[in-house]
Amino acid sequence: MRLLISAALSTLAASSSLASEATISIDIPQLDVVEYHKPYVAMWVEQADGGKITNLAVWYDVHHKKNEGTKWLKDLRQWWRRTGRELTMPADGLSSPTRAPGTHQVKFDSAGKPLEGLTPGKYRLVIEAAREVGGRELLKIPFEWPPKAPATSEAKGERELGTVTLKLTP
Amino acid sequence: MTNHLKLALIAAAVSLLAPPAQAHRAWLLPSATVLSGSDLWVTVDGAISNDLFYFEHNALPLDNLSIAGPDGKAVAPENLAKGRFRSTFDFKLAQPGTYKLIVTNQGVFASYKLDGENKRWRGKPEELASAIPAKATDVKVTESRSRIESFVTSGKPSSDTLKPTGVGLEMIPVTHPNNLVTGEKATFRLVLDGKPASNVSVEIVPGGIRYRDTLNESKATTDETGTFSVTFPNPGFYWMSASVRDDKSKIKDARRRSIYTTTVEVLPQ
Repeated sequence: MRLLISAALSTLAASSSLASEATISIDIPQLDVVEYHKPYVAMWVEQADGGKITNLAVWYDVHHKKNEGTKWLKDLRQWWRRTGRELTMPADGLSSPTRAPGTHQVKFDSAGKPLEGLTPGKYRLVIEAAREVGGRELLKIPFEWPPKAPATSEAKGERELGTVTLKLTP
Repeated sequence: MTNHLKLALIAAAVSLLAPPAQAHRAWLLPSATVLSGSDLWVTVDGAISNDLFYFEHNALPLDNLSIAGPDGKAVAPENLAKGRFRSTFDFKLAQPGTYKLIVTNQGVFASYKLDGENKRWRGKPEELASAIPAKATDVKVTESRSRIESFVTSGKPSSDTLKPTGVGLEMIPVTHPNNLVTGEKATFRLVLDGKPASNVSVEIVPGGIRYRDTLNESKATTDETGTFSVTFPNPGFYWMSASVRDDKSKIKDARRRSIYTTTVEVLPQ
C-alpha cells in the first residue's frame, strides 16, 4: 500500500514537472467609498490578434437568490461582448464568488482545463473588473505560450484593480 | 391673448400640419440595450424633440407600436402611458435574443389653392378624396411613411428580428445593432420596399446635445447596395435617420416620402 501511494505521488510529481504553469496574482484594492460592493472579475486568455478566447475565471455574485447576480455580468463589458453572452452562468470550473479586497492567486497548468488546449503562440491575459455603483477597469498582459523560461510580468491598475502579476514557469 | 401671440400659435399649428419638419427628431430610447441575466425588463421612452435625447416638445404617439421578440412573435408592451413630452412603455424580455421596437406612422399631406388662397390639409389616405374640394387647383399630395426603431438584446444577439418587412424605408443591420463599440466600423444597409436604397444621405447625431455647443452630426451616403458605414467616435446613444422621396405612392398623383429613424447605443471598448 505504501508502495502504491509513493508510486502515485511520483507519477503526480512527474506530470506536474512536465506541465507549464501560469500563476496569476490579483490585487483587489481597498476603496474608501460610501457604498462598496466586491467587484465582478473576469479573466481570460486571447490570441494576440484578438482571435480565439480561453476563459480562465469569472468571479460574480453566485450566491444571489435565483441567480440574479447574472444581471450585472454585462458590466464586464468586454468579456460580455467577447465571450460572456455565449455562456450559461454559473459554469462549472469557471465561475466562483466575488473576492474581498486583498491579493488573490489562481493557478493553471497546461495539463488541465482550461489551458490544456492552448496551442503554442502569442497571447494576452486580460483581466476585467466591474464594481456595482463603481467603475470598470481592464488590464492586459502579453505573453508567449508555452514559456521557455520562468518569466514574470505585471500590469498595474489605477482604480478597480491593483497590481496583476502573471508568473509563468515551463 | 395678443394678436402677435395668436399669429405665432397659428404659425406653430400650421407647421405641425406640414410634412414632419426636419427640425424635430422622433425617437425611441430604451433604458438598456445590452442585458444579462433573467427576468429582465426594459423601459422605453418615445418623444419628438429638437435636442437628443431630451423630452421638450411632444410625446411620440404609440398607436402603431409593435415589439418583435427573438422568435418573431409579438411581445405586448405594458404600462403604456403618454405624457405631455414623452410616451413610455415597458416590456419583458422573457427569452434571450434580440428584440426590435417599431413605431410606424402613415399620413397624407396636401396643399392646394382655393379661390386664390393657399390651403393645407393633413389626414389619413382614405379621407383624402373628400377632404380636397373639387374646385381646388395646384393640388400637391405627399404620402408620408415613417418607421422608428430601436433594438434591445438579452444575452446572445440573434438576427431573426433584423429582417425587413419589404415595405417602405428600412434598415438591415450588417453589424448587429447591439454589438456596437467605439472605434470599430459598423455597417448597415438601407432598403426601400426591400430593394437597396442607394445614394441616400444618412444623418447621424450623438445624444447629449443640450450640453455642447456643436451638433457633432455626421453624414453617410449609401452606396449602390444601400450600404453605409459609421465608426462611432464616442460611447453613447446615437440617432440615425434617412428619408427618400419618390413617386411610388399608392395614392394617385401623390409623391411619397419614406423616413427611417433608429436609436443605437455604442458602448466603450
